[in-house]
Amino acid sequence: MEKSFFARNPSVLIFIGCLALFTIGVTAMSEAMGTDVISTSFLKTLGKTLCLCLVAIAMDLIWGFAGILSLGHMAFFGLGGYMVGMWLMYARTEMIVVASMANAEIPPTAQEVVDAIGTQIFGVVGSSDFPVIWAFADSLFQQLLLVVAVPGLLALVFGWLAFRSRVTGVYLSILTQAMTLALALYLFQNDSGLRGNNGLSGLQNLPGADAIPQAQISLWFFWASAFALGLGYLLAAWVVSGKFGSVIRGIRDDEARVRFLGYSVEGYKLFVFTLTAVIAAIAGALYYPQAGIINPAEIAPIASIYLAVWVAIGGRGRLYGAVIGAAFVSLLSTWFTGGQAPSIPLGFYTINWVDWWQVLLGISFVLVTLFAPKGIGGLVDHLTGRVSPERYGADLGPDSGSLQEQEAEK
Amino acid sequence: MSQLLEVSGVSVTFDGFRAINNLSFSIGSAELRAIIGPNGAGKTTFMDIVTGKTRPDEGSIRWGDMSQSLLKMNESQIARAGVGRKFQRPTVFEDQSVYDNLAMALKKDRAPWSVLFFRPKPEDRTRIEELAAEIGLSDQLYRKSGELSHGQKQWLEIGMLLAQEPRLLLVDEPAAGMTLAEREHTTDLLKEAAKTRAVVVVEHDMEFVRRLECKVTVLHEGSVLAEGSLDHVTKNQDVIDVYLGR
Ligand SMILES: Nc1ncnc2c1ncn2[C@@H]1O[C@H](COP(=O)(O)OP(=O)(O)OP(=O)(O)O)[C@@H](O)[C@H]1O
Ligand SMILES: [Mg+2]
Repeated sequence: MEKSFFARNPSVLIFIGCLALFTIGVTAMSEAMGTDVISTSFLKTLGKTLCLCLVAIAMDLIWGFAGILSLGHMAFFGLGGYMVGMWLMYARTEMIVVASMANAEIPPTAQEVVDAIGTQIFGVVGSSDFPVIWAFADSLFQQLLLVVAVPGLLALVFGWLAFRSRVTGVYLSILTQAMTLALALYLFQNDSGLRGNNGLSGLQNLPGADAIPQAQISLWFFWASAFALGLGYLLAAWVVSGKFGSVIRGIRDDEARVRFLGYSVEGYKLFVFTLTAVIAAIAGALYYPQAGIINPAEIAPIASIYLAVWVAIGGRGRLYGAVIGAAFVSLLSTWFTGGQAPSIPLGFYTINWVDWWQVLLGISFVLVTLFAPKGIGGLVDHLTGRVSPERYGADLGPDSGSLQEQEAEK
Repeated sequence: MSQLLEVSGVSVTFDGFRAINNLSFSIGSAELRAIIGPNGAGKTTFMDIVTGKTRPDEGSIRWGDMSQSLLKMNESQIARAGVGRKFQRPTVFEDQSVYDNLAMALKKDRAPWSVLFFRPKPEDRTRIEELAAEIGLSDQLYRKSGELSHGQKQWLEIGMLLAQEPRLLLVDEPAAGMTLAEREHTTDLLKEAAKTRAVVVVEHDMEFVRRLECKVTVLHEGSVLAEGSLDHVTKNQDVIDVYLGR
């Protein structure tokens, strides 16, 4: 009889359990609950970290499981942030404008209100007209649909073009880098309609929630991020657990063979690419309201490379590995670059971690790739005593199976 | 009798080298055929062409009752149309269990959406267990296939081929790395399969070919040198010169 999903994937329950405990613990220690152990700004950092863990899961799906090293997934993450940011900025500016105009003798017309919002938002780029892409910004519901639709559609079109021409390996990675670079450069322009290099700001202020303290709002976003991470983990674990998981791992290991089994490899790649783009976008839509600001620098090519580094350090090909990697490296990075790490005086030179952290990260990445390809997640195998058989030398011949069995049982 | 596969006048050139030269070949819907020939004769390239991996420069390939052209289809479409292939080097998914390898090959809807929601039914499990028994891997079902011996991987690949239920099986050197008993078992399996479908076997081992008791096609330098029963072709002077005599 078929065992249940959780019985076959015990790590899912363990993960959800840990996440729940973590969420409850952090909530209890938060400012909103009256205890000051965790400051609001650190709470935001934790909430953002959960979003990064979610996008790392997407990266692990596409890279660790399907074997496609996309170096452009942070573009989808950023687009998700932009989409939600447009509504946040529009709705809040609208409230401010309406409030300031309420004192006028003649009540403003709807058009006057919209014009005033336009001047407020686009003044920094010397414009006041709403670009067409803001057509839905007045509706939260429609803008939330765009969070999924815009990155999803971009991934679908880009993926279709790339996979159909059978671009693979390094070439695909370069192509995805080009995509995220092109998008960032486009958004840097003032007439892109998204405020150029100013980006969208003030996103931490929920429209109509001025009376609610940030401590409370941050906690809400923290919960939402934890919930999304839990759901994302469940979804990803479910996707890779069955035959679909078999097929995409087959594509990773030998895509030609999968083709000869009758599976349309391109279709599967496109499916996973688009699905992970949507997961990344949702993560971004939760991340940027906690960060407060989004600008085109966020989707620079390097961001997607960091994402790959997190997943590699955490251990790709296992979902909790990606989560551990993203949490560990991004929190460590906050600590080092935040100036909290003590400098190391060497006498002739002082190692200042704000400058040297990147070097340390780069070296760790190289070391992990060379000496611990399973990443931090590999430690779990170590603890549970699961070893992969050591295979060396060539097959001795048809009857050599017995020796290899002994190796396997070691 | 109408033919299942008709290859006519096919040629392929790699960097100026003619690997397949005006080759014609056809096989009926329930027939066993052995292809022999010296190294580099183009046997594997022939399979590459039929399965869509290599595009021929000229010629045509007709398939099935409707005489569809295989040249317009890609690898996965050809596989879904009913052409199954076993590679010269065993290629199984080493990171996955024997069970998962067989499950992936099982004849089912291959579209991403239906695969995503696919959950094995009891009859699917039974079928996989039957196949595993047939290829002697019943007690290895949940082992990673990377841990199997060379011969066992060959078996697994044959099992995957049978699971696909193709109308045409292309089998490239199935007996390499097998013991004598295993070879006999392989011939039995192939002969059994050929009762209901077309089977093309490439093999160097003459004893193996003899045991298949079927029509033999001899390839040399990319084209057919001789065709007929094994005794007939082994008496052919050209065949003796290029292949047997060496
Ligand atoms: N992709 C390729 N590019 C260039 N040359 C190729 C390619 N594939 C095959 N060849 C050449 O075509 C010729 C036929 O190769 P093929 O692999 O079909 O031979 P074969 O009959 O299967 O030989 P063997 O018995 O060794 O398996 C060889 O000379 C080979 O070097
Ligand atoms: Mg060959």
